Amino acid sequence: MPPTTVQLFATCLIETLRPSAGMAVVRVLEGLGLTVEYPDGQTCCGQPAFNGGAWEDARAMARHTLDVLSRSPAPIVIPSGSCADMIVHHYPELFADDPKYGPLARDIASRTYEFSQFIVEVMGVSDLGARFAGKIVYHPSCHLLRGLGVDDAPRKLLARVNGLEVADLPGAHECCGFGGLFAVKMSDISGAMLDRKLQNVESAGAQTVVGCDVSCLLHIGGGLRRRGAKVETKHIAELLASDERGAMNDE
Amino acid sequence: MSSPFHSRVAGALVDDNLHIALNRVTSRFTTLRLNALASLPHADSVRDRARAIRAHTLSRLDIYLAQFADSVEAAGGRVHWAADAHAANRIVAEIAKAARARTVVKGKSMVSEETHLNPALEAEGITVVESDLGEYIIQLAGETPSHIIAPAVHKTKEQVGQLFHEKLGIPLTHDPALLTAAARAKLREVFLTADMGISGVNFGVAETGTICIVTNEGNGRLTTSTPRVHVAMMGIERLVPTLDDLSAMLQVLARSATGQKLSVYTSLITGPRRRRPSKQSEGGPGEPDGPDELHVVLVDNGRSRVLGTRLAEILYCIRCGACLNICPVYQQIGGHAYGSVYPGPVGAVLTPALEGVEPWPELPQASTLCGACRDVCPVRIDIPRMLLELRDAGHRAGQTPAWLKLFLPLYQLAATQPALFNFGAAAARWITRALSSNGWLKRLPPPLSGWTDHRDFPAFAAQPFSAQFKNHHKGAKTQRNTKDSS
Ligand code: SF4
Repeated sequence: MPPTTVQLFATCLIETLRPSAGMAVVRVLEGLGLTVEYPDGQTCCGQPAFNGGAWEDARAMARHTLDVLSRSPAPIVIPSGSCADMIVHHYPELFADDPKYGPLARDIASRTYEFSQFIVEVMGVSDLGARFAGKIVYHPSCHLLRGLGVDDAPRKLLARVNGLEVADLPGAHECCGFGGLFAVKMSDISGAMLDRKLQNVESAGAQTVVGCDVSCLLHIGGGLRRRGAKVETKHIAELLASDERGAMNDE
Repeated sequence: MSSPFHSRVAGALVDDNLHIALNRVTSRFTTLRLNALASLPHADSVRDRARAIRAHTLSRLDIYLAQFADSVEAAGGRVHWAADAHAANRIVAEIAKAARARTVVKGKSMVSEETHLNPALEAEGITVVESDLGEYIIQLAGETPSHIIAPAVHKTKEQVGQLFHEKLGIPLTHDPALLTAAARAKLREVFLTADMGISGVNFGVAETGTICIVTNEGNGRLTTSTPRVHVAMMGIERLVPTLDDLSAMLQVLARSATGQKLSVYTSLITGPRRRRPSKQSEGGPGEPDGPDELHVVLVDNGRSRVLGTRLAEILYCIRCGACLNICPVYQQIGGHAYGSVYPGPVGAVLTPALEGVEPWPELPQASTLCGACRDVCPVRIDIPRMLLELRDAGHRAGQTPAWLKLFLPLYQLAATQPALFNFGAAAARWITRALSSNGWLKRLPPPLSGWTDHRDFPAFAAQPFSAQFKNHHKGAKTQRNTKDSS
């Protein structure tokens, strides 16, 4: 039986930089008849600290997030492959030997899903009745693709958007060069990787880059903007919420 | 940010020849690898088996090493144990001295690069000639390998033509066939006159004492069979228990490395030349060729310290190079920028694993953790996991930059105290919105300038998501209440 309630972990980037993507997620989930809970007190999953090697800081942030998410038994939906991968794979590692947070981490990990994965794999839905006229490319973000192993779900969802043309993105599976603090600490390598991604995006001739991770989209978007390119970036939910039936309840 | 690592990277990023050369080779290897694996039925289970063999071998390495050493000696070879690089070089130099070797011909061996064998032998007055074409090229150029299976991958054929023209005095050409012929002519002389051959080892087989060497040029066979003495250098981890296990490893090695089903030459060497038949029943005059002496030098050089640690998995590596070819960072900076003997993802783990994190603060950081290396590795080594382990070790060793050391605890505090988090976000919102134009910032102060060196940074949204969600929720409730009352 598919769930009737979900908890939304919005991620710190959607909270601060791209709330529109979060609202689109809410519209899509509610359009499926789900009650969306927003657990209060949520902040950041701790991935930047974890990837930076500051594991004690990361543990403190992970404990906080686990506390926030364990108040409800509902499955957790995260509109980010990267943060979902952190919770699904790295939380259980961080607390492997912790008598309290170990079991908690494993429980939360077992009911955490990335947004597109949740819709297709848990809700069993791929046609959301969305409508979006335009030519896009899909950028599979690394932690979604290779961390969580999710590739079909977002592609299925996109294939069912009316009016949408999904162009082939050369080198789609290559990292955009974001890598969190990597973009600051190893900025020149990151910039060279970004250049390659942007060349591929431009050669595909699409108007929009779509992805499931706001982080990579901000990186790609910032690069497109620096180039003066007329290509925009959209989180997959923003596309799926376009003209989508559930949105009407909201008007 | 101007460490030697960063200046090497800066140099690499603007080196057009490097990018031409890297693009040509890495993309070719990557495509060939995919095709070769597609042609292998049940490739995934073969990889699982290969991984299981490596894991099993390393879990009983002491036993298999003893068995291997006994088997080598039983076949007439001699085994030498080298605790570190210095000992390894001394052992090889002594073997050379005892054999009165003046000229040594070498096959490709990364472990000899690791111990810096060539300069050690040259210091003893021994001439060393590399016989692998790639190694020969970089030896002529006075460089080091930039890839574990394609040592001269950083050079374009145009650059090699120029080098051969200058060093070998041949007419200038960029034709790979002509360049190879020129190297071949030079190397044939060396093969015939060399007193000793030094090779690497792809796998040692514990049950038989066999060493397996794979090459594509045939230089391996000449190196190991023509000179009087053959010295095989191998890391202590490069064992498989049985010949059957060896065949499983060979199924994935060449496919992952060059996209071949098998390398052109796969040599299995068991002992030196037998003057007399090994069994009475065989009769005959013994073997027609092969060296009089076979020495196997087993090099530890930090490996036994890695066993049993959270980095032990890196010892499963079979040196196929697939993780280098697929790595988007390696594709941008090439091998030399890493500064370590082993470059790329495998090198970024293996180097600090063998030598400690202190001398190599940047290597574990030079990755986006994109996971492409883990996906292609024939023995499924989880390189990103170990890069994270090394970052943890580096952080504990105080390698985190000062600004980050300051920022991380503050960020942690904010992320565990929602009120503080909201306050910090509000402050950042106010600042970024004040400084932005059309929602973007063109410049940020250091260290964040790293970001704006290459891309714009978005201003924070006017209203955070949590507030928008609450409004939406309130709206929905009001709507529902109205519906209920109607
Ligand atoms: S780590 Fe894996 S992919 Fe990289 S060289 Fe070793 S075996 Fe090959």
